[in-house]
Amino acid sequence: MDPNVLSSYLPLYVQAFLLTVKIGWIGIIIAILIGVIVAFTIHFNVPVLKPIAKAYVELFRNTPLLVQLFFIYFGLPKIGITVSAEVCGAVGLGLLGGSYMAESFRSGLDAVPVSQSESALALGLSQSQLFGSVILPQAFSISTPSIVANVIFLLKETSVFSAISLMDLMFTAKDLIGLYYNTTECLVLLVVFYIVMLVPVSILGTVLEKKTRYKMFGV
Amino acid sequence: MSEILSVKNLSKRFDDLTVLDNINLSVNEGEVVVIVGPSGCGKSTFLRCLNGLEDIQDGEIILDGENISHDKKTLQKNREKIGMVFQSYDLFPHKTILDNVTLAPIKVKKRNKKEVEQEALALLERVGLLSKKDNYPRQLSGGQKQRVAIVRALIMQPKVLLLDEITAALDPEMVHEVLDVVLSLAKEGRTMLIVTHEMQFARAVADKIIFIDGGKIVEEGTPSEFFDNPKTDRLKKFLQTFSYNK
Ligand SMILES: Nc1ncnc2c1ncn2[C@@H]1O[C@H](COP(=O)(O)OP(=O)(O)O)[C@@H](O)[C@H]1O
Ligand SMILES: [Mg+2]
Repeated sequence: MDPNVLSSYLPLYVQAFLLTVKIGWIGIIIAILIGVIVAFTIHFNVPVLKPIAKAYVELFRNTPLLVQLFFIYFGLPKIGITVSAEVCGAVGLGLLGGSYMAESFRSGLDAVPVSQSESALALGLSQSQLFGSVILPQAFSISTPSIVANVIFLLKETSVFSAISLMDLMFTAKDLIGLYYNTTECLVLLVVFYIVMLVPVSILGTVLEKKTRYKMFGV
Repeated sequence: MSEILSVKNLSKRFDDLTVLDNINLSVNEGEVVVIVGPSGCGKSTFLRCLNGLEDIQDGEIILDGENISHDKKTLQKNREKIGMVFQSYDLFPHKTILDNVTLAPIKVKKRNKKEVEQEALALLERVGLLSKKDNYPRQLSGGQKQRVAIVRALIMQPKVLLLDEITAALDPEMVHEVLDVVLSLAKEGRTMLIVTHEMQFARAVADKIIFIDGGKIVEEGTPSEFFDNPKTDRLKKFLQTFSYNK
């Protein structure tokens, strides 16, 4: 392995890293917003919208991100909507992630026993008070581990962005290997940057899990 | 003694299943009414109808002179006046014991937090759980949790307290510590409706016992009438199930 090669590629990787993190996290925020809305729709049996929400979850959970990106990137222009690779990446990740997040939030909401609502009602709390003070905090505690797992999964899924020519980490590595054949250096840098991107998330996730779950579960 | 709760011709159906059939009951202020009956006879449903967790198909519930049976809008306001403790305690697992107790007075009655906390601490001390105020429910035994649940209901100063088999899920050695609390509440004149299978306790705590079977009040009387001179065969049979010298 040639240290000179490593250092000369570094700026390109840093650039790709920042882009990957940016698009990745925008996608995750979109995913969380969609997830919350879809989970509430399903959990509260919102008429008309519930079957749509369920269909959305099934559709996006059961198709690969690559296919979804192709539809957005190459399909939408056919009906007159062009999107940049960056927007496509963030939206695609958000739509995929939304279906996963929805299931995480929903399973948390569903896991809070009815008796919790009843004992809160019996104390005179209103529906909104009991939802905010009793249901939501517990649902969040229950959902946290799977939400954290989703975030890590989605950050890794960004590697598919290279297929729509977004200059993310994967694209940069493939590009450089194709041009200069420094396979080892390129792959080492690739692994290092993915680790730099994901390990802090993993650690933060563990801290968050501890914080939210300790009260209820003691672990 | 003035009447605090009156139930008139109450009927409750789940679809085709009539669970409560024309129930009439009058409870005076400070009175303790114990409700017994075979499993599935509608005891829990009756208590749940009283505080509006179940809707009713027929009849009236009058609390403190106010008809509360069918008014969805005042339901929440009236629930403040009726405390209920369940078999499974149902403490809020994500809140400390103190926060469990203070949640409703702060949120519902919009009372001052400091003041409520003082009151909560005094009540916790009374049931011997002051030292647990900062613990979470999972760190308490069943009997301790149930005592907290009683305090959580009491702090709302309900006019009537409903207790639904609150010792049924407890190990025998914990039953006593909970029933002692209930007994002390009875002594200080709290109005209570108590569903229980603890017959000795029923005899000790009740002013009036009612026996429900098949959704109807089959018999009602003072503890001594009830246990020593049961009139109906159904009550005699029911009481026999608690005795081992057949
Ligand atoms: N939500 C419900 N839907 C349908 N049937 C119910 C429901 N809740 C209770 N029941 C029925 O009502 C009857 C009385 O139940 P319950 O009041 O819990 O009895 P108890 O407390 O005396 O054991 C039972 O036959 C039970 O199956
Ligand atoms: Mg019951």
